[in-house]
Amino acid sequence: MSAHDANNNAQVQSASETVASLKVVPQKQYGLWIGTALVLVLMYFIIRAFAVNPAFEWDVARSYMFHPSIMRGLYNTLLLTVIIMVVATILGTIIAIMRVSRSEILNGFAGVYVWFFRGVPALIQLIFWFNLSLLVSNISISLPFVGEVFSVRTNDFMTPFFSAVVALALCEAGYMAEIIRAGIKSVPSGQAEAATALGMPYRMILKRVTLPQAMRFVVPPTGNEAINLLKMTSLVTFIAVDDLFYSAQSIYARTFETIPLLIVVSTWYLAVVSIMSVGQYFLERHFGRSDKRNETLFDTWLRAIVGRKNRSNADV
Amino acid sequence: MSEAQNLNRARFDVPETSMIFARGVRKSFGAVEVLKGVDVDVAEGSVTCIIGPSGSGKSTFLRCMNHLEKLSGGVILIDGNFVGYDLVGDRLIELKDKLVCQRRAEIGMLFQSFNLFSHMTVMENLIEAPVRVRRMPKAEAEADALTLLARVGLSDKAASYPRELSGGQQQRVAIARALAMKPKALLFDEPTSALDPELVGEVLNVMRDLAKSGMTMVIVTHEIAFAREIGDQLIFMDDGVVVEKGDPKEMIENPQSPRTREFLSRVL
Repeated sequence: MSAHDANNNAQVQSASETVASLKVVPQKQYGLWIGTALVLVLMYFIIRAFAVNPAFEWDVARSYMFHPSIMRGLYNTLLLTVIIMVVATILGTIIAIMRVSRSEILNGFAGVYVWFFRGVPALIQLIFWFNLSLLVSNISISLPFVGEVFSVRTNDFMTPFFSAVVALALCEAGYMAEIIRAGIKSVPSGQAEAATALGMPYRMILKRVTLPQAMRFVVPPTGNEAINLLKMTSLVTFIAVDDLFYSAQSIYARTFETIPLLIVVSTWYLAVVSIMSVGQYFLERHFGRSDKRNETLFDTWLRAIVGRKNRSNADV
Repeated sequence: MSEAQNLNRARFDVPETSMIFARGVRKSFGAVEVLKGVDVDVAEGSVTCIIGPSGSGKSTFLRCMNHLEKLSGGVILIDGNFVGYDLVGDRLIELKDKLVCQRRAEIGMLFQSFNLFSHMTVMENLIEAPVRVRRMPKAEAEADALTLLARVGLSDKAASYPRELSGGQQQRVAIARALAMKPKALLFDEPTSALDPELVGEVLNVMRDLAKSGMTMVIVTHEIAFAREIGDQLIFMDDGVVVEKGDPKEMIENPQSPRTREFLSRVL
């Protein structure tokens, strides 16, 4: 071995040692630190404001939390939300299917429906349906040769609750129709084509192939819609349906404990929205199952927890 | 064979052995005429490969065969039947959807992009049409499906979702799904064009086995070597017409038309 070779070897040795002993100095993220400090200060003031200001009357809020009329209001709010969401989803699906139909008339009708019911503010629609009797005093069904078979005074069945269901369901259906239409459009056309080639009729293809695949795209925005709707039902206060907000209003109109009762209402809305978000998570997972590879419930929980940790590590 | 099928065969001079019989097939999309009178005969149990430049109308012709596209003119008879119509006197009466579906189900079709139902497992993909369209008992359909999966070499994938499979595996499942309807003929629309080169072979192997088993097949393809190897008939289409057809080996070695010669010189 020549001196030259030995020299080379020594150099290689030291280079690999350097590689092994290299240290990584993380980037200094001053902006992140300043932002964090600002938010902490802000949080301190907000929490102090809530805790110190006696006008919040936390003990009053606590005492009304499970008040019977609040409970009845909460029940009505939930009932309204569920009924309206179910009706709106069914109606919205029908309108979405019309919207993708080959018939120009069906397509156009659905288009006008969406245009109208999304365009007019929900509150105006609500008051309109509540006042339907000004427009039609009786609703009757007549058959030729038989005469009138059924008649009812509009005011007798257009109760505040029923008006609320009709108005908000029609309005919400406009939004649902657009969501479902977008879902249907997101399914590659080859899917329906393959089903057609297998001899499946149009309606079977919709039910078995197109709609189930559209669900994956439909569920997330529908969850948002349901949360919006839950809050939108507070509009029914205007037509005297005793929902959560109306119940609170009727209490503070008497006792002037406005702020504590608004806290009660907000707390309940937040609680319901939180529960709905959990439900949405499971629905999304159910309809996205063809995306995951042999994943058990436990795996998913594990991944959710570990995944969040990894993400926060990467952020810092 | 039904009386109507025999009458159709007699009326149009359909050869005894014909499975697919096309005369003067025309198809327009708006003002654009894609097919300008196509005549094709496919004998029962034979393999026909269709080649030609893109835009030549070969895929459209294939889709016309199972009525995915309605004809603008001409006739296509599958085993003596019109797919979308019945002939009454001199008029073609468009069939109700239910009957169209029934007849369409007798012709399997394979797509370039496989088009497996992505929300269903392989097994669910295979039994969907037999159970829903043919009203076959589920257990029977599943037994059939397992046999078919074994035939395409994917017995262990019954519970997988399409996304978990390679392109080649997906196309093999798609072939099994088409076979589950016990079709009289299979139409392939560029079945290997979307595949990575190393996956083409496994699909071609399955198709080769099918050809040997006597399945009537029409294959739109760019795999000239494959067409030459397993085809009984080669058709070269260009600009909406059949330019040349004949024995694959002769045609590839000695093309008669200058357009065929030019096309082959570009792809070989």
